[in-house]
Amino acid sequence: MKRDLLRKIVSHAIVFLCAAAVLLALIPLALVLFYVVSQGLSSLNWAFFTHMPTPVGEPGGGMANAIVGSLIVTGLGAVLAIPIGLMAGIYASEYRGSRLAAAVRFAADTLNGVPSIVVGVFAFGIAVVPFQRFSAIAGGVALGIMMLPLVTRTTEELLLLVPPSLREGALALGATRARAVFTVVVPAALPGILTGILLALARVAGETAPLLFTAFNNRYFTTDLRQPMATLTVQVYYYANSAYPDWQRQAWAGALVLVAMVLTCSVLARFATARMERMQRGA
Amino acid sequence: MVPDMRAALAARAEGRMGGARGNGTAGSTDKIIVRDLNFYYGTKRALENINVTIPARRVTAFIGPSGCGKSTFLRTLNRMNDIITGSRVEGEIRIDGRDIYDRGTDVVALRRRVGMVFQKSNPFPKSIFENIAYGLRLNGMAGSRSELAGRVEQSLEAAAIWDEVKDRLHESALALSGGQQQRLCIARALAIAPEVLLMDEPASALDPIATQRIEELIYQLKANYTIVIVTHNMQQAARVSDNTAFFWLGRLVEFGPTDRIFTNPAEKLTEDYVTGRFG
Repeated sequence: MKRDLLRKIVSHAIVFLCAAAVLLALIPLALVLFYVVSQGLSSLNWAFFTHMPTPVGEPGGGMANAIVGSLIVTGLGAVLAIPIGLMAGIYASEYRGSRLAAAVRFAADTLNGVPSIVVGVFAFGIAVVPFQRFSAIAGGVALGIMMLPLVTRTTEELLLLVPPSLREGALALGATRARAVFTVVVPAALPGILTGILLALARVAGETAPLLFTAFNNRYFTTDLRQPMATLTVQVYYYANSAYPDWQRQAWAGALVLVAMVLTCSVLARFATARMERMQRGA
Repeated sequence: MVPDMRAALAARAEGRMGGARGNGTAGSTDKIIVRDLNFYYGTKRALENINVTIPARRVTAFIGPSGCGKSTFLRTLNRMNDIITGSRVEGEIRIDGRDIYDRGTDVVALRRRVGMVFQKSNPFPKSIFENIAYGLRLNGMAGSRSELAGRVEQSLEAAAIWDEVKDRLHESALALSGGQQQRLCIARALAIAPEVLLMDEPASALDPIATQRIEELIYQLKANYTIVIVTHNMQQAARVSDNTAFFWLGRLVEFGPTDRIFTNPAEKLTEDYVTGRFG
């Protein structure tokens, strides 16, 4: 009797603690969202998306160049990281027992742990110094390096979840190993891989440090990849640090747009995955 | 509903042609000849000195307790064991006279001739149509669009599932019931017109009605295919097979016409197993 009671009390206490921990974990997220929305919304208007930054003291203006720049630089990073990451992930899962696969895994985990500022310095070294100029390409390289381990590991882990029976089914029909992997195993894992890629994209889109001395910044609108390019994160960084209230307000608006972009990416990931999985399962 | 063993044997006996004796009979009807086969997982010998001759266009059943090597043996016949690292084969397996473990053997071409249906149905997460079309495309048998559609229909007909799926060909194969999925997998294997069909406990995860449908299907298919089936269910072996091989601890204890194996086995071990004394 007494033991039963004790067990129930302990059980309820643990559930309560877990629930409390969840709430506690959500508080920072809620606060960040609340602050960014409440501060940013008032400075956000249509001009913010369509206009260029104004000189100090001149009110109005926007971050059109930075918004487009963020999309371009992040896109460049994705173009670099996705093919390499996918292939590396496929290799690591296909040859899971091999020494090279273990090396890939270790390298990806290590790279994932490298501070983003270090990645920025590295990209500066290989993509800025030799050309003697900051450029969008250098920024893309930095973000690509940040994304690479995320894509590699997600791909590998999701491929390992595909039941071996699917691969055997394809092999038994006379598929070569490569064919079985690319036409059956990878498609089966694709919804999850896509989620991983979109989440990785959302994650690196919010990086500032790797861009500070690669893409640098630009007060003007450009789509020239060989030119320095403004990005939302860097722009927010400079504006928030500035002494001018106008710029600080703009920084809040920029932060809001950034958060909205990242959130959209995450929601899109969930939505696309759910849809693809529904199509596969036919439910 | 399940007829007893003797009835199962009797019902099928009429359908057999002259009691094909696989054991040692040479001749044009020998499809697969296995000589002194040993199979190793690492250092563990899983199959010991297997010698057997499997006749063409007959159903050959492999029975035996779990872990006796019958599935391992089945998977040596289309070299599916190749993908297991550390596995090794000794001896020879001749299909139509050619040693499939010969260095010059094209494994992909072999698997195209020796199809396989697995214990757990494994439809691809694609549409019903695409599941069948997959093997056809793989083997350059797709042809024109209408030709492909025709072959898909034929295969589904041959696996007795066409009527159930013809209105939903482009829906996901994963939405089918377990029995339907297994027949889809049989259709997928049949689509590329193999000569031999290996079935690894194809009905072990199915309910009795679905099992009966698979068995009827096997009975029809043997007119055109050499079928080798692994089963845990001795009544199933008695119902569907012409010859039965009894495996025990990696050895082939006895092989012969199914009715003899079940009614008058030569080996004490076989008798103990088929009468349910162990296993």
